[in-house]
Parts: sequence; structure tokens; C-alpha cells
Amino acid sequence: MVYGIAKMLNFAHGDVIMVGAYACFFVVTRYELPAVLGVLIAMAVCTLLGVFIERLAYKPLRSAPSLAVLITAIGISYFLQNAAQLLWTSNPKVFRSVVGDASLKLFGGRLSVSVSALVTVAVCIIIMIGLTWFTGKTKMGKAMRACSEDKGAAQLMGINVNATISMTFAIGSALAAIAGVLLCSAYPTLMPTTGSMPGIKAFTAAVFGGIGSIPGAMLGGILLGIIEIFGKAYISTQLSDAIVFVVLIVVLLVKPAGLLGKHVQEKV
Amino acid sequence: MKKFLAFLLAVMMLAALVACGTKSALPDTTPKPGSNINEPDGGAAVAGAIKIGGTGPLTGGAAIYGQAARNGAQIAVDEINALGGVQFELNYQDDEHDAEKAVNAYNTLKDWGMQVSLGSVTSTPAVATSVENFEDRIFAITPSASAVAVTAGKDNVFQMCFADPNQGSASAQYIVDQKLGTKVAVIYKNDDVYSTGIYETFVTKSADLGLEIVSTTTFTEDSQQDFSVQLGDAKSKGADLIFLPMYYTPASLIFQQAKSMDYAPKYFGVDGMDGILTLEGFNIELAEGVMLLTPFNADATDARTTGFVAKYKSAYNEVPNQFAADGYDCVYAIYEAVTAAGVTSDLSASEINDLLVAQFTTFSFNGLTGDNMTWGTNGQVTKAPKGMVIENGAYLGMD
Amino acid sequence: MRKLQKHTVNGIFTYALVIVAFVAVQWLIRSGNISSTLRGQLVPICAYVVMAVSLNLTVGVLGELSLGHASFMSVGAFSGVVACMSLSAAIPSDPLRLVVGMAIGAVCAGAAGFLIGIPVLRLNGDYLAIVTLAFGEIIKNLINCLTVGLDSRGLRFGFLKSADALNLGEGGKVIINGPMGISGIPKLSTFTAGFILILVTLFIVMNLVNSRAGRAIMALRDNRIAAESVGIPVTKYKLMAFVTSAALAGSAGTLYAMNFSTIVATKFNFNTSILILVYVVLGGLGNIWGSVIAAVVLTILPEMLRGFNDYRMLIYAIVLIIVMLTTNNARIKSIPAWVRSKLRKGGASNG
Repeated sequence: MVYGIAKMLNFAHGDVIMVGAYACFFVVTRYELPAVLGVLIAMAVCTLLGVFIERLAYKPLRSAPSLAVLITAIGISYFLQNAAQLLWTSNPKVFRSVVGDASLKLFGGRLSVSVSALVTVAVCIIIMIGLTWFTGKTKMGKAMRACSEDKGAAQLMGINVNATISMTFAIGSALAAIAGVLLCSAYPTLMPTTGSMPGIKAFTAAVFGGIGSIPGAMLGGILLGIIEIFGKAYISTQLSDAIVFVVLIVVLLVKPAGLLGKHVQEKV
Repeated sequence: MKKFLAFLLAVMMLAALVACGTKSALPDTTPKPGSNINEPDGGAAVAGAIKIGGTGPLTGGAAIYGQAARNGAQIAVDEINALGGVQFELNYQDDEHDAEKAVNAYNTLKDWGMQVSLGSVTSTPAVATSVENFEDRIFAITPSASAVAVTAGKDNVFQMCFADPNQGSASAQYIVDQKLGTKVAVIYKNDDVYSTGIYETFVTKSADLGLEIVSTTTFTEDSQQDFSVQLGDAKSKGADLIFLPMYYTPASLIFQQAKSMDYAPKYFGVDGMDGILTLEGFNIELAEGVMLLTPFNADATDARTTGFVAKYKSAYNEVPNQFAADGYDCVYAIYEAVTAAGVTSDLSASEINDLLVAQFTTFSFNGLTGDNMTWGTNGQVTKAPKGMVIENGAYLGMD
Repeated sequence: MRKLQKHTVNGIFTYALVIVAFVAVQWLIRSGNISSTLRGQLVPICAYVVMAVSLNLTVGVLGELSLGHASFMSVGAFSGVVACMSLSAAIPSDPLRLVVGMAIGAVCAGAAGFLIGIPVLRLNGDYLAIVTLAFGEIIKNLINCLTVGLDSRGLRFGFLKSADALNLGEGGKVIINGPMGISGIPKLSTFTAGFILILVTLFIVMNLVNSRAGRAIMALRDNRIAAESVGIPVTKYKLMAFVTSAALAGSAGTLYAMNFSTIVATKFNFNTSILILVYVVLGGLGNIWGSVIAAVVLTILPEMLRGFNDYRMLIYAIVLIIVMLTTNNARIKSIPAWVRSKLRKGGASNG
């Protein structure tokens, strides 16, 4: 989402996810506070962090070439990873799932689905609907879309572009916190490098689904996951990553704007 | 603008140099002085001390192994220095688990005046640095780099841990001898030297012994979170034992995911599995009944182990794992060899090298990770693997 | 005419920079005033310089973001090393074998660049970036599954098989052993070889940039539609730049690999690609000598920071962020001009 609107690759996003997961971990596991509070605190921490990063590192570069911003984002990503390592050591922490690890039995036990998987799917759908509503109906959301389509024109229409982008970051980071909590509920080891792979995968999913399209990003994410699982199960576990990326390349060649992306007509 | 950029880069470089210069006057080793250790300063320069250097991943994804080995070695150095005899000075440099950085780190140590080397902690960097050790004639004993290529063809590079092939074949032998399972599934990490190395010899040995492997699946660094497919394969093929040649972080996920699938095979791990009980927040019940072949047991009750564990806990606030014990043993092995050969700090690295090589190929050493260890001329260690089983959240010897 | 002169001056300056640096380092080595840290880094620095210059061709001159440059380095490294190790009997001379290895590495990487380039260069912008990223991951994954051995019957290849399944004959040895990569590589790379490779790279890239083809490529970067409308064949020139860049990366890969006794496929991952991209961006897009300097400084910097122990990479990250902020911020950019005017004023009042 941040990507679609601010037109930049935020490589630090994965690390914001990691920070969110750590925040939740400390609240829930160390201080034995209820899980809901943990999620809320994680969201608060990530929102603050997101806004802080944006103020400090991205805002001064608003008019700079996008590649400069990209490198800064990578710098931030390194910084967060190393800071996390110094603060919380590199020892992996095991995250106790916020929803418990019970599983539902369907069809007489032939199909078992863990509760955390169900919660993940539910939360994703809620977030997707919420975001679609937010960008489509509210004033702020419309401003965001306007910024993403044409920054200059949006500014001319009296939209505070800077504030809008900052807001986008705040929301994106809060969602990253939720992502972190969900991720670690499903795969409960937490390390300073936890965020880097999901960060890249999220970016891949966003491109796969079509940049700037929220349902597209979700569809892309789900499809990538399914391809990876089926590739592992039916072809080879050794080649599963290669298979995912081959499919990605093929899809992008057939539909260069991603699955649900709008094809922007080039102006001459 | 371009000139300005160049200027800026130059200034940066200068600043880095200056910072480097001022900082290197400080103690080079760990910033934590370890208050309980009977040593005035955690490894500050001691006059007439023999300089021991090592590289390991102190940052990045593999940092846990490098830091453990460094901490273990530091404790040993502090203890030895407190004895008042031969003095050691330890310097660990970060190699980020990368061959190129490891060679850089090694060269930094060479500039520092390293006389004895602890090699590298992980395998790939160790292969690169051991070649340098061999060419520069600096004696090396690596705590935990277990690949065969680390020691192959180098007369002055030794290993404290089992070489990968030994672990693989020892595991297969053990499973057959103790009749632990008949249908075995293997899950290994196919972009990792350690894991693949053990897997390959395990397969060869299993074929010799007639152990049936029904399922072989893999994962990589980038996909070490979801094991549902691998476990599903093992389950559908009726495997009653899963062999896990890997480190404990992914293994903890395997246990958890197998449980949510209602799949309860026996598990058999190797030395990388050690440490699973120390994982913060890990549900120990999941590891109940897991068997592993490990040389070190933090719950052992002998005086040396308890002393080491207590010191480690008070200094670093963690339970030491096998890497820490390997690092500790390496320093003690060097210490014994040094005292036996009468090495003094004014000898050059290559003189020390020759004396230590002669010692290591002839003496036997008792450490935390095994008794009566001996080394062959190929640099590999011979020691008895200990079969452990986890019961009620603690290791229990299986023999 | 004037513009041409500017190019020439720039070119001479770059060559001079490299040669002076080479002579200075050689002098340091001779006089023994060089630390072994720096000495050990010379060859990797050369490899990274070549990587940065070649990536600059794709990103700076062609204007397409590539996140998979390390994969070409990987292809070059593995093919070059296999070539060198299998030709050890046929070509006894080490430097010659290195040159042959680099050439083979360049050809293989160029071929890979060609293969990926044909379909992919039709995409642009971030989609191209993601496809190059995907390509890098695929290469890494494939090499992890590859085993290559050598025996009296020649090279034997295996895919998804263990090294034992290669059925090597008497006296055979395994060269690439899947995820364990290659170990026991003879150290053929020297600083001089690296220096020559840099010169060759600079020669190729600068000549390409200043030629008719180079101007066509830059026209594509600046405005593809306009360039197309005046009859510049898009695919041909894009491919030309992309393949050249890949081939140079391949030879850099060989140089890099032959300096260490071991390489593994995971070394050439996304992070390495990003690292090289950082050199290019920091050195300035399209600015060749900027890439050279940035690659050198950023390779040495982490080693310089070793004095900070555990805080080293943290400081590296901070330096990276600060440099990007300062070089791209209009307000800070104006400081040197301001300082200069102050100085001039000060000088005037003094005199």
C-alpha cells in the first residue's frame, strides 16, 4: 500500500514487521499482559516508528530521485536489523501465539486447520475491506489516491501531499505490526532477521497482484503462497523458490501490469 | 556537485580511519567485562600474552553461533589468565558468515599480530580462512566448522567438533544399533553446507546398514518457516522417525507444526539441535522424546560443566550451547598444548605452529565436549558421541 | 564538439584515477607499508569496481533498475572456476588460465543476460526490477541443485543429484557440489589481473557510452517514445547494454571467485545485488568514476569500522543513510557553495 501511494520501494517494511513482532513478544511473553494489549502496543510502536522513519529519512528526499530513497530505505533496514540485534541479541525467541495453538477438525479429522490460520485469513479479509473502504470513501483516502496518481495535480487541488504521505506511512506501519504478530503466531521463531524475507515477499506479491491495487496485493500474496506449497509438494522441495519466481516472470510477461493492475496508457 | 560528492566520500573515509585509530586503543574484545570472572578486565591487553584470534559471525542471521563461540572462548581465556601462568589475549572479529568478510577479518587479525588462530566458527568462511592459515603457517583449531574441506589437505588446521560425515554415519549407526526406527524421513537444509554434508553421509551409511529412507525433503534459508509440505510427505509415507540434520531454530518449528498436524514420529537430531531447550519462550513439551547426538550437555552435573555454565550465565545471561563449549574447549586445548610444548609469547606464529601441530597429533585432551579427544594428522577429532534424549525438559544420556 | 571534449576529459580523468591508484598501491606493497587487511581486499575491490561500473551501464546509462546483478556474477564465477579447474592440465600458465576463465565466465554470463534480456526487457520500471530479482533467486536456486565433476572422460553434470551419483571414474573429482559450492579453488587472481580487468571494463563501457550506440541507449533512457519515433531499435540497444553489463559482471565474478578458496551460490544473493546498486547510486547514476570511488570506499569502510566491535554494522547503516540524505537534499547541497563563498570572502579580506 505504501508502495502504491508513495511510489517507492520500502525495503524497511519487513523490518518494521520484525519490530512489531518483538514489541508484541515483550508485552505478551515477558510481562504476561493480555494478547489484545500486546497487539495494540505493537501497533502503536510501529506507527510511531513508521512516522519517525518517514520524518527523518524519507521526507528530506521527497524531491530526490527514487533510487536515492531506495538506498536510504536499505540503510534503514540494515539499521533496524542491527539495532534489534544489539538490543535483543541474536538468540531466537519463541513467540507464543496470540490466539492459541488449538486446531479445528473438519470432516472427521481429515482436514485440520489451525485456529491461527483461520484468524490470519479473517484478519486479512477485514483489513482488505477496511482499506478498500478507506481509500475509496474517506476524504483522506481519496487524497491518498490523488497523490499516487499525480502528486503535482494533487498539490494544486489543495491536498497536503506531505501530510498525506506521512499518514500513509503511519497506517502502513500499523498494519505491519499486525502482520508481524500474525506471522509470528504462525511461525513462532523471532530473530532480528525475521523481517527481511517477508519484506521481499510482500513486495513481490504487491507487484504480482498489480501495483497500487489492494485486492491485487492480497490475491498476489495468496497465489504466491499456493504456488510455493504446490511446487514443494508436487515437483521438488529443492526447486520451490525457483518455481515461484518462474511463475512470477511468466505472469508478468503475459500481463505486464500484474494480475489486477491497471495498464497505464503512456502519454506521448 | 560531483566534486562535492567525492570530497564527502574522502571525508567519510578519513573519519572512519580516525575513529578506527582512536577506538583500537580500547580493549579489542567483548564489551561486557563479565563481573563474576576473577579477572580485572575482560581480556584487556596482558603483557607477554599469546595472541589468539578467531573469526565468526557476530552480526547477521548466524550471529548466535559466532557470539556463543566467542563468549565461550573468552571465559576460558579469563580463567587461564587468572591462573597466572601462560597468558592469552583473545580477539574475535566479525565475518558475517561470509567467505570474503572472513578473509578480511583474518587479515585484520594478522595485522593485530595473531599467533594462534581459532579459525572460523561456521563452515563456509572456515574453508576460506583455513587456506590462509595453511599458507601463513598460523596454527588453527576451529570450534565448530565441521565441513571436511576445512581441514582437508592442511596439516595445521584442526577441528574441535565432529566432521560432518562422521556425524551422518554415526547417526545412522546409532539409529540402527538402538533400533529406533525402521522407516526414516529426512528433512535437511539444501543450501547449507553443514546440513547437506551430514545428510549425504547419512544416506550412504543408511544404504549400507539397510535402513530404509522413505521420504527426503528439503528447505532453504528463505523458506525455513513452513514445513507443512515436508511433514505431510513424511506422514503420508508412514515414517516413524524423522532425522533432522539442522540447527535448532527450524527444528523448533518442525516440532510445533508436526504437533498441529497430529503427527508424532520420533525425532533424531545432531549437534545443531543442542540449544533447543534454551530457546526463550519455547514450549519444552514439544521437544519431549527428541533424541540427539551431541558432545555437550549443559545440564551435566560434573564440576567443570556446572562451573562453565554458571560463569556463562552470569556473564552473558544465557545458557551456553554447544558452540560456546566448543570455543571454551579450543582455548583449553591450545592452553594444554602450549604448556606442554613450552611455547612462549615471543615465538613467531610459524614456530608456535610447528610446536602445536606436533602436540595436537600426539596428545589427548579432556574437555567439556568429550573425554580423551585425539586428533589425526588430517585434523579431524576422534571422540565418543553422546546420545541424549530429552525427558521432562532435560537431557538424559541414552546409553 | 565541446561536449565531446568533456567526455574525453572525463575519460582521461577516470583512467588516470585508476592508474594512479594502482601505482600507489603497488608502491605501498613494494615498500611493505600496507596492512594485510587492505592487501587481502585488493582483489575483491577490483571485482566490486567492475561490478559497479557494469551495473552503472544498466541502471545509469540504460535507465533500468536491475536487482539481480549478482546473479550474473554468480554465473560468471561458477562457470569461470569450472573452466579454470578443468583446464589446469591443458593450460599450465596461471595468468593465461585466469584470462581464459574470465572470458568463459563473461561468455556464460553474457548468454544468461541475453536469455533473460529478450523477454524481460519488454517490461520496464519496477516490473523489470522485480523480474531481475526473481531471476537472481532462480539462478541461486539452480546452482544449489547443480553438481559438476571432472574425470578422465571430461566434465560430468548432474542436477538434483548428489555428488556420488555422478559416477566419476578413476581419479575424478567433484568441482561444484550443490549447496556446498566449490571448495579448493586455486588462488589465481592477482591485483594486477584485477587492475587490467578494470581498465578493460572502463574501456568497453566508456567507448560504448560515447559511441553512436551509447547515445541511442541514452536516448532510450531519457525518452523511449521519442527515441522510438526517430527509428532507434529499442530491443536491440537495450539488449546490447544489458548483455555487455552481464558479461562484465561475469568476468568480475570469475576474478572474485578465484581469489577465495571457496564460493557458494548463496553468496550471490539479493543482498549482494543491492550492495552493488548502493555503489552505483552513491557514485552517481551514469557517472563512471563515481562508481569506481564509491565501490572502493564502501568496500573498505566496513573493515575500517572494525574498531567499533558490535556496533560496526549499525554505524555502517547510519553512514549510508546520512550520505544519502546529505547528497540528495537541496538545503545541504548548497552548503559547499556557501562555504566556498565564505572562504573566498575570507581570503579577500585577508589579502
